[in-house]
Amino acid sequence: MKDVSILIGGRAGDGINSAGLIIAHLLNHTGYRVYIYFDYPSLIKGGHNFSIIRGSSEKIGAHRNRCDFLLALNQDSVDLHGDLITKNTAIVYDSGRVKTEGTGIPISDILKAEDAPPVMGNSIIIGAFARTAGIDWETVESVFRARIPKAVDKNLRVARRGFDAATEVRKIEFHEREKLPILTGNEAIGLGLLQGGLDAYIAYPMTPTSNILHFLAEAAEDLPLTVVHPENEIAVMFMALGFAYAGKKAAVGTSGGGFCLMTEAFSLAGMAELPVVVVMGQRTGPSTGVPTYTAQSDLHFMIHAGQGEFPRLVIAPGDAEQAYIWSSRGLAMAWKYQVPVILLVDKTLCEGSYSFEQATVPKTGLFPEWEQQSPYLRYASTENGISPMIFPPSPGAVIKVNSYAHDQSGITSENADTIRRMTDKRIKKEECLKKEVDSLDAVVVEGRTDAPVALLCWGSNRGVCREVAKHLDMKVIQPIILWPFPEPAFREALNGVNRIISVEDSSCGQISMLVARYGIKIHNDILRYDGRPFTVEELEERVREVI
Amino acid sequence: MTERNLITGAQNTWCPGCGNFIIQFAIRNVLNNLAAEGTDPDNVVLVSGIGCHAKIADYMNINSFYSVHGRTIPVATGIKLANPDLTVICCAGDGDAYAEGLAHLIFAAKRNIDITLLVHNNRVYGLTTGQYTPTSPLGFKGRSTPEGTLEQPFNPLELVLASGGTYIARGSTLKRDALGNCIREAIGHRGFSFIDILQICATYFNMTGYYSERIYELVDHDPGDFELACQKIREWDYNRDAPIALGTMYQISSPTFDERLLSKRSGLSGINEAIKKILDGKT
Repeated sequence: MKDVSILIGGRAGDGINSAGLIIAHLLNHTGYRVYIYFDYPSLIKGGHNFSIIRGSSEKIGAHRNRCDFLLALNQDSVDLHGDLITKNTAIVYDSGRVKTEGTGIPISDILKAEDAPPVMGNSIIIGAFARTAGIDWETVESVFRARIPKAVDKNLRVARRGFDAATEVRKIEFHEREKLPILTGNEAIGLGLLQGGLDAYIAYPMTPTSNILHFLAEAAEDLPLTVVHPENEIAVMFMALGFAYAGKKAAVGTSGGGFCLMTEAFSLAGMAELPVVVVMGQRTGPSTGVPTYTAQSDLHFMIHAGQGEFPRLVIAPGDAEQAYIWSSRGLAMAWKYQVPVILLVDKTLCEGSYSFEQATVPKTGLFPEWEQQSPYLRYASTENGISPMIFPPSPGAVIKVNSYAHDQSGITSENADTIRRMTDKRIKKEECLKKEVDSLDAVVVEGRTDAPVALLCWGSNRGVCREVAKHLDMKVIQPIILWPFPEPAFREALNGVNRIISVEDSSCGQISMLVARYGIKIHNDILRYDGRPFTVEELEERVREVI
Repeated sequence: MTERNLITGAQNTWCPGCGNFIIQFAIRNVLNNLAAEGTDPDNVVLVSGIGCHAKIADYMNINSFYSVHGRTIPVATGIKLANPDLTVICCAGDGDAYAEGLAHLIFAAKRNIDITLLVHNNRVYGLTTGQYTPTSPLGFKGRSTPEGTLEQPFNPLELVLASGGTYIARGSTLKRDALGNCIREAIGHRGFSFIDILQICATYFNMTGYYSERIYELVDHDPGDFELACQKIREWDYNRDAPIALGTMYQISSPTFDERLLSKRSGLSGINEAIKKILDGKT
């Protein structure tokens, strides 16, 4: 397997994230599948940002604990990452700002000579990296021309000076291979929602999902899509329900703190049977926590959020491709069952970048049509609990939705029999939803499928678990749907397994608690709760400790 | 043409003498008149909050979204943006619009979203049995403030004016016809229309005598004159004794949020082509 890792670090404002993406595209052009881990603190200028760009001959979704190339725009990039540097690491650095050994590039001198702004320092170091790694100038030029919208000629001039100032140190392997789009998890979610027919995206900015808002706001310029950024998350969620009532497919995006404010309308969606998709990007909590770092500690919050009992669907995709497919499917299922759907993701997936292959999204059916029975009853009793849904204006029909317990027409009721029957209706809907979940590929099984030891993971840990399982000859079990829990498929996945090791970015082991409800015992919990995702090496070491 | 029955068969549980009856009849009459002029009641959506006022969603035989406390405006905004051809009317209480959902009120005025907000302002919480609201007078003795409130009421009209409201009026359940005219005007106004309706709560805060002595209808008032509007709006501060003007205080024409949002789109393309274009741009 070809495998190469590059760390680029600098201060916030140095353009580390965009530089990382350009480096990923250089690898894309030389036949690699890529993954980028972007690490940044919650500040605008200064501090220390870094991206780890990894290329591999195979699809990957995790970074490693070593780097083959270190591109240092600040001293921290050398000082803080000692554990990733080996004697083979090729270091390229800004000789004006950084003291170390390797290939020093006089960035400020080049900027001065070309009369270029400081942010173009990243282009210079990319040029120097390309030469160091044996990537030819034509590739650099073609990637720059495709990726840099503004002042590309000047960027190329400074990059060329960086290229010329370096020498080839460690040539990376090349391979002729089809290039793939590189998408962040957030972009894949946005595209999946669009594919599913999204009419409106409503959000209040919050890391790690703000970039869905930015991405869709830009896409909305030439699509029949309405994007709104209201006063707070309370308004966000209620607006989304207004869209749903009027027949338009809406999604919202937030993180745990914002979702706290949304739970009021989330419960209303359950009672009023209004479809909505909530993209819930987890970050380190509780409370404000660590805003730009990852976690998987909101699983139980999602399963239980909202007063009262009502059906919901919680889906946790694990990479950009799953995010695309399941965002589309989640939207369709919200409408088919007239329920709120949560796409439970995390900072690692949202802001990580992945090589992406577009797959066909399987079709989901529709809710039943109104056959003009009069009067129209918004909550008409049906065999499976799903009522025909129509939208205003519908001549001859009065469409009433209600947060109170209500009768079939949507008018408030405190009648004991009505309350019970309407609750039963929602339970029937949930049973129907469960049946559909059981018919979907809701649990992914990978690795050595007959292995006696299985790694259990969900969300972004899929990528790192796949690699570790390969090294250690294990099975990987990844439930994509977490609620209603796909019990039959999960039990089937456990065939031949006598030991389950759960891997989660939390301190309590929430998936273990969830499967315990079904009498399934997890033998070991490997937990991480410092805001950082596992690297392949770190997880492998933790797994070896318990087996 | 026979008038459609705009009242449902749901049992009405408002107290005898409740001002909500007057508001309900005024709305019904306005909708009948609109129907006669060609706006079918099927094009109307009523959004209500929670409280005595909100039961109007059950009682009116029109499309309705019975929301939760304080959250009429964001729901109505979503409905209007989803389908700008709908006529969207919010009925909210003073607890709804001025306490629990105050932020939404300010932003609705700021955005100038084309919806109509009718605040059933009885200046007391009725359904929770008699606590003070943001517009109760200083010293109001409610069940949560047995010694009297320690805070001044605010003037909701002044607040909406400061937030950029483009239609601001006051009505009273003691003047049914004038109220109906105001509601008709508010629905016709393009942009955010706001009517604070002084409503009688027969059980917890019956101000019939007090209001009867002080209310008067505006005549020869120029609602386009900001300074004059300020003056009329500030004449009574919901606390000290003063004449209480009824009618349209302020009205200006300004682009609405829905118009602005939906007009910014350029050429629309199909989803699959759009996705392909985005993916090509990221390869």
